Amino acid sequence: MLALADDGLIAAQRLAEWTSRAPELEEDVALANIALDTLGQARLLLSYAGELEGAGRDEDDLAYLRDEQDFRNCQLVELDNGDFAVTIVKLLCFATYQHELYSALRRSTDERLAAIAAKAVTETEYHVDHARLWTLRLGDGTPEAHQRMTAALGRIWPYTHELFETGWIEPELLAEGVAVDPATLREPWLSTVDKVLVEATLAVPDDDWAPTGGRHGVHTEVMGYLLAEMQYLHRAHPGATW
Amino acid sequence: MAAAHRVAAIAVSGSPGRRDVLQNLAAVTGCCNTGGMERQEVPGASGLLSEVAAAEAELRAAADRDRGGDGAGVAAGDELAAYFDEVVGADQKIEPRDWMPEAYRKGLVRQIAQHAHSEIIGMQPEGNWLSRAPSLARKAILLAKVQDEAGHGLYLYAAAETLGVSRAELFDKLLSGRQKYSSIFNYPTLTWADVGAIGWLVDGAAIVNQVPLCRCSYGPYARAMIRICKEESFHQRQGFDLLYTLARGTDEQRAMAQDAVDRWWYPSLAMFGPPDAESTHSTQSMAWKIKRFSNDELRQKFVDMTAQQAEVLGLNLPDEALGYDQPSGHWRYTQPDFGELMRVISGDGPCNRQRIEHRRRAHDDGAWVRDSAAAYAAKQRTRKAAA
Ligand SMILES: [Fe+2]
Ligand SMILES: [Fe+2]
Repeated sequence: MLALADDGLIAAQRLAEWTSRAPELEEDVALANIALDTLGQARLLLSYAGELEGAGRDEDDLAYLRDEQDFRNCQLVELDNGDFAVTIVKLLCFATYQHELYSALRRSTDERLAAIAAKAVTETEYHVDHARLWTLRLGDGTPEAHQRMTAALGRIWPYTHELFETGWIEPELLAEGVAVDPATLREPWLSTVDKVLVEATLAVPDDDWAPTGGRHGVHTEVMGYLLAEMQYLHRAHPGATW
Repeated sequence: MAAAHRVAAIAVSGSPGRRDVLQNLAAVTGCCNTGGMERQEVPGASGLLSEVAAAEAELRAAADRDRGGDGAGVAAGDELAAYFDEVVGADQKIEPRDWMPEAYRKGLVRQIAQHAHSEIIGMQPEGNWLSRAPSLARKAILLAKVQDEAGHGLYLYAAAETLGVSRAELFDKLLSGRQKYSSIFNYPTLTWADVGAIGWLVDGAAIVNQVPLCRCSYGPYARAMIRICKEESFHQRQGFDLLYTLARGTDEQRAMAQDAVDRWWYPSLAMFGPPDAESTHSTQSMAWKIKRFSNDELRQKFVDMTAQQAEVLGLNLPDEALGYDQPSGHWRYTQPDFGELMRVISGDGPCNRQRIEHRRRAHDDGAWVRDSAAAYAAKQRTRKAAA
């Protein structure tokens, strides 16, 4: 649960960095929309995770007062935005993963999780479509954009493998049908991403390096800076209400 | 695009006094990103929003009226001018297809463009706090608000396009300094409380300025303004709520809120422009029903509204002379430093260079993206034609 929540939260934090910087005004609106969606999903999940824990922690306690090692997001979402091509490749890979995951979680035996997933699935469908359209425009547009997309794919692809790791999920949750085994998502994920890349005249990168660790609290160097910025004000005023 | 996001708004609790004052803040449901779901329509509210609603009704009525054939195209020069005067005189709307005096068109382009530029430059000072918002609820509200401002920019550039100028042309004029944006956005947002002060004071001043524009004689502008004003009123309410929370928080939070109000008060008063005696564009704009109240009238209206709200907030407006004048029913106040306003307008505010530089960088960095999108669209057209 925390892993899904943190994915959404950190993805929103990065997407919101585009605000007032997007290539066109329409895209400013669209990226903010997507950030609002993943932030909204994260808030529902964090609140639920806090309730399940039973230690009285709310969404803000979990978002602002946990240290880096306690964040369970995949490394993909924390990576720098890079240029617009990197952002679009990140979005394509991440949104397609989320879409597959939430589609499966609609059938979770945990009703509340299933309800959150049902809402998220319609949102992520739009995110995937948005990323797909931009992948086409950039892959099959100018040579410069094509080249930037190829470079972006090379940079981002290694971090997609972590999305489908299984080891970190408690076996009981899988057995009880609460959680979904991420390994089962790789095939439908790849078929969607593959189709988009082919249509965009982009090559699917080779699977070689596969960095990992996010689900166990091991992050990349940029994560510390991201959290420092996100958390400092909240932490500077312990116990304050905002 | 996903359905409009409704950010859970903040329940209005507190004293009945606070409730009354808040009736002058937002009271419409379901119109924008930042609108709250549980907000109640206030029966008979005499606030600014009922003026927006009245303008909207007027607009519909004007559209329903038969204007006796669409004069454009058939009549000769004098008749066209007479027709224009008649439409404006009868409080009906001029539409893009209608003939209009060149000065009317130019003046509108200047005003709408300046307004559009203000919306998108205004995203910067508030966007500055997105990554650091101290709660997830506030982060979502702020993100939705800044997104609304981008949307306002879009409606307004679209309204300007109906007058025959492209967005690209207007961007160019903004970046080269030939067109201005509201000088208020040349001040920095130094603390989190500035986000609240901007919402309460800057969006508040924007509403007072803009509500009369909902009845502007140019149809597309009036329609854009109706939509925008509804959203701005939510922004003001959210800013008020942010400050209200800080003012009841820790000593540090309270000090942060007071400091922000101290810094934003006079620049907000200056948003209404120079005093009437020195204002150059007013008379003709009034006759053409683009502008309906003078700068000083609007400034007074803003002070009257805000002074009461400050009392409810429990924050001081930084003006020793502020006081209610029983006989006139208005609040006395000290004028802002118009010399400072002129310096900021002419380019020497704390952030002028930074704001334009930021916009230019975003524009330049996005050039390859826009080029590729255009190239892709062209390829698609060719493919379609060949198929
Ligand atoms: Fe706005
Ligand atoms: Fe606003």
